[in-house]
Amino acid sequence: MAFLNAQDEQAVRERFAEMGGPVKLVVFSQSLGGAADLCRENEQLVREVADLSDQLSVEVLNLAIDRERAEAYGVDQVPAIVVEGARDYGLRFYGVPSGYEFGNLIDAIIVASTGEPDLSDDTKASLSALAGDVDIKVFSTPG
Amino acid sequence: MRLAQHMSVASDRVRSIAIEATEFPELSRAYRVSAVPKIVINDRVQFEGALPEPQFLAAVLQAVEESA
Repeated sequence: MAFLNAQDEQAVRERFAEMGGPVKLVVFSQSLGGAADLCRENEQLVREVADLSDQLSVEVLNLAIDRERAEAYGVDQVPAIVVEGARDYGLRFYGVPSGYEFGNLIDAIIVASTGEPDLSDDTKASLSALAGDVDIKVFSTPG
Repeated sequence: MRLAQHMSVASDRVRSIAIEATEFPELSRAYRVSAVPKIVINDRVQFEGALPEPQFLAAVLQAVEESA
């Protein structure tokens, strides 16, 4: 069964008109274990989204096999998605981004494609002067 | 989540992870997630619900200061 209906696809296509460059969606999965079903769902959702823009590509990696890549991306959970634009901006999703998270996935794709965050000049100036690394986890639920 | 994502793109020092709480019960327990959205910065500064951009930035700066 498809995740996206025709109406969803049309809405996402309209958002993707804002894209400013290519984006790669790097998916981490595992074929064994308790998360295997969710990993399959996640891959399917990502492929459905990627089909909606010529500027999107998908790479599927296995957390257990592609360990160096996982470590380089700092990914230690599955299912996971890395949203990579002109470079890796540090955009990660753990879990299938359906429901509420779906809008955030689309937003992450667009901002990764442009490399132009929608933030005030004051915020951008503060962030460019950060003295240390920042890891922001945002927990949400579907729906 | 939107602000966290845009901050990630604004600075190479920032990364954001959107976590589906129901699919990661162990992580959710470890971070004592009882209401969503719950934001945890550098495992030190945390809050629930959306914050306006200046307050979100203040939380980020506080987390960096406490991590130093």
